[in-house]
Amino acid sequence: MSALEHFSAPPRSLLARLLYGVRPWEALPWLAAIVAFFLFPGYVPIFGQILIMTLFALSLDIVVGYCGIVTLGHAAYYGTGAYTAGLLAVHGWSEPISNAAFAMAMAALVGFVTGAVILRAHGFITVMLTLAVTVTLYEVANHTGRWTGGDDGLRGIDMAPVLGRFEFDIYGDTAFFYALAALFLSFVVVRLLVNSPFGWSLKGIRENIGRMHAIGCPVYRRLLQAYTIAAALAGLAGALQAQTTQYVALRALSFDLSGDVLVMLIIGGIGRLYGAFIGVPVYILAQDRLASEDPANWYFWMGILLIVIVLFARGGMLALAARLWDRRRSDA
Amino acid sequence: MGDWSVLISIGLLGVAYGMVLYLISVGLSITMGLMGFVNLAHGVFAMAGGYVTVTLMNKYGVPFFAALAGAFVVAAVLGLVLERTLYARLYGTSDFDQVLFSIGLIFVSIAVVRHFWGPLTQPMRVPAYLKGVIPVLGRDFPSYRLFLIGFSIATIAVLWVTLEHSRFGAMIRAAVDNRRMAQSLGVNTSRLFAQTFALGSGLAGLGGGLGADILVIAPGYPIQYILYFMIVVILGGLGTIRGPFLAALLLGIADTACRYFWPEAGAVFIFILVFVILYFRPQGLLHRGRA
Amino acid sequence: MKIAGRTCVAVAALGACVLAAPAGAIADSVKVGFIVTLTGGQAGLGETIQKATKLYMKLHANELPAGLTIEPIWRDDTGPNPDQAKRLAQDLIVRDHVQFLSGITWTPNAMAVGAFTKQAKMPTVMSGNGAPAVTRESPYVVKTSFTVWQACYPLGQWAAKNGIKAAYTAVTDYAGGHDAENAFIKGFTEGGGKILGSARIPFNTVDFLPFVQRIKDAKPPVVFVFAPGAAAATTYMKAFDDLGVKQAGIKIIGPGDITDDMELQNMGPAVLGVETALYYSAVAPQPATKAFVEAWHKEYGANDTPGFFSVNGWDAIAAIYGAVKALNGKMDPDKTMAYLSHWKNPDSPRGPLEIDPETRDVIHNVYMRRVEMVDGKLANVVFDTIPHVKDPWKEFNK
Repeated sequence: MSALEHFSAPPRSLLARLLYGVRPWEALPWLAAIVAFFLFPGYVPIFGQILIMTLFALSLDIVVGYCGIVTLGHAAYYGTGAYTAGLLAVHGWSEPISNAAFAMAMAALVGFVTGAVILRAHGFITVMLTLAVTVTLYEVANHTGRWTGGDDGLRGIDMAPVLGRFEFDIYGDTAFFYALAALFLSFVVVRLLVNSPFGWSLKGIRENIGRMHAIGCPVYRRLLQAYTIAAALAGLAGALQAQTTQYVALRALSFDLSGDVLVMLIIGGIGRLYGAFIGVPVYILAQDRLASEDPANWYFWMGILLIVIVLFARGGMLALAARLWDRRRSDA
Repeated sequence: MGDWSVLISIGLLGVAYGMVLYLISVGLSITMGLMGFVNLAHGVFAMAGGYVTVTLMNKYGVPFFAALAGAFVVAAVLGLVLERTLYARLYGTSDFDQVLFSIGLIFVSIAVVRHFWGPLTQPMRVPAYLKGVIPVLGRDFPSYRLFLIGFSIATIAVLWVTLEHSRFGAMIRAAVDNRRMAQSLGVNTSRLFAQTFALGSGLAGLGGGLGADILVIAPGYPIQYILYFMIVVILGGLGTIRGPFLAALLLGIADTACRYFWPEAGAVFIFILVFVILYFRPQGLLHRGRA
Repeated sequence: MKIAGRTCVAVAALGACVLAAPAGAIADSVKVGFIVTLTGGQAGLGETIQKATKLYMKLHANELPAGLTIEPIWRDDTGPNPDQAKRLAQDLIVRDHVQFLSGITWTPNAMAVGAFTKQAKMPTVMSGNGAPAVTRESPYVVKTSFTVWQACYPLGQWAAKNGIKAAYTAVTDYAGGHDAENAFIKGFTEGGGKILGSARIPFNTVDFLPFVQRIKDAKPPVVFVFAPGAAAATTYMKAFDDLGVKQAGIKIIGPGDITDDMELQNMGPAVLGVETALYYSAVAPQPATKAFVEAWHKEYGANDTPGFFSVNGWDAIAAIYGAVKALNGKMDPDKTMAYLSHWKNPDSPRGPLEIDPETRDVIHNVYMRRVEMVDGKLANVVFDTIPHVKDPWKEFNK
């Protein structure tokens, strides 16, 4: 898309704006998901897991890729969503969609409050602050075992059927489509945001924050808004996890999980919107396959995979794809 | 008994712990400040040193100090080899790629170590002349920890003197302050990086072997302790050797005190402490060179 | 556009290959899904269950009827990770079509998987955890391991009866540790003992010395110690040794976990004289124990000693073999559970083993042991036996 095309008047109607710049191949991930569901029924539970983590990684991409903030504590919002959804369910609120919505709101609130503090800092302090938030929430959950189950985890989550009809069963079918729908809706929102003036101002902040201040952009406010949205989506992912697995463990609030999801995102490529869609399945399926083949030594092959990706697919797999695509374009 | 002797006990234990943390982390501080490389895998070299020490002593009957020397050499060589073959290719790439690489390296090292040594902790058999307790101000204090403090101080003194008064040290400081300028003055930064990385890794290996008592040698080592090393480096300020010393002492004593008086707090206290320090000194306690 | 399309197709094809790789179906095989800890700090626990299972299967290969095989599938939970354990269970059931689940280390993992087996109607022989409440989660769970109360409660009673008037407790801060602490305190105080203080040590502790220093400063005559699994116990014991706790006149007691036979040789002479209670010892005098340890040494070397986790794994696969033989490979879930609930093995390496049909948990002997030098090696020498112990927790919480 040339610069001239981009700066002509954007379409006004909502539908036109939704479909603005949408390429045909963007339907691929969704079609692939549905095809995979029918082709590999034994893998449906793990596919559901992939969908939820993709949503989580997508929310992380907003913070890391679009706001340019390095966070090692994004699991704080995921975990907040998970525990909120779980606790509500344990105490009787088991309607999935409203449960998830409330959990999302809770995560957004926590995101807003912590973001207000975190975003005022720079450099290492930011990283340490994100870590501090996660570690603190983790310890709180650990020590309020009476409510959260502590390191035993939160059990007894019994969700009512989605829309009154679709029960969560051991085969994971309902969970799959439920997560897929949530991911789709969230993605639509994120895509809209990223391609809107709001999204462009975020890119500007990431590229040259001084300039953005100079032209009068309310930098801090924008970042906080984006951060809160990212926290909300992470919370949604956590809520989905709690609802479909019907279990919440302390790991949902851990530094380990934050690191894992960051790795998944980096594999796919940061700031490219679809990085999560590539990196998450690659990581989770590779881990699953490697761990089945050689449970004791899968770490080795996983490590080799990561090193190879860094050496040969610098910037993530989408960056590699972009380079190959550019090279072909320039050859042609 | 008295509260004073408790504090002294905690202080000494904390200092010993801090010394080990320093020996391991000082290399990381220098290489991060010098090369700007986010090397989360630094714990791998400490772990290597630990395994070498324990294996030399337990399996081959090598005396303690010789085993420590072996740990230093092996870790330094390992660092040199990895730096030349892998790390050097990644200087200047994005932070995230470096993080991914470090994590990959950690995974590989964990698997390799587990394959050859098994998943159990390696027992560290301290030589008999260093075992036992020594009464210090009315309390029994483990002799090995006192030895740790003494040995570490000696090593650190040698390190500081070397870096302060040698050309090598001057080159490092110059390159940390302003790499381009140093290059244009004829400093071979590529070779400097390799040498510094080797030195840092060797020290980490030495620290790993010495501290095998405190930071136990098991396959999960690089993941378990990386947070501590990062805290020491960040608190101390990148690119210096004195900053991390202060930070390591602080962290060692604070962590030990916390575990004695308030064990249930876990890591929260440490993070609050870190945050407070960073709030007042955002660049670290004694920062120098590139941010 | 074309290259993007081609790349997508290539990636999809690769993905399909990865997913479609067959799991290797064997005709008429009963699949058993094991979920154990194979990586991380406590990987020794999972590894030894694996070794025990493989050894049993090797020695009893000819016992199965012709054409019937048992195929173990191993999965790694990487530690106390209840949602991961549950997902692994789900994958094993939905993707690999197992007929049994086994292993399941750590109480939180057990509780998560336990509840799930009820939904899935999957017979589960738990060999990896000591959770007292898990058999109540589902009628499809049977345990061949232990409960933490079975050792710690009689130990408390024994301590009170044998002249110990006061004690300090020091446990690792997690569910298993809390169970141990509660069990010991109940048994001990019922016998008239006094608890001087309790310390709970965070699970991921790096340096044990500050805690041990605190215990030493309290100057108790006896300290009750609990740590999960071998590696933690070794570092704990080393810390006690470093600070000269024994020399200061403080006696150490605890469940046999802290002098696990698997790690005992690594602990060094620091642990001489430590008295523990457990349902197994590698040097117990029963012929079945001797045969088991000998077979283990023959297969895995003289420096490898089976510990209580090895015995748990052994008994689990033995029970599974029994069920498969009895039902001739047709593992109807309810019939399987009916068989397993009445499982008895008088020749288990731990001594006489019985499953309590009421609770589906184990009934076994508990031995009082003391660490002594035997033939130049450290050993848990049995000096007293408490026979036929049911799980006290379930008795108290009917």
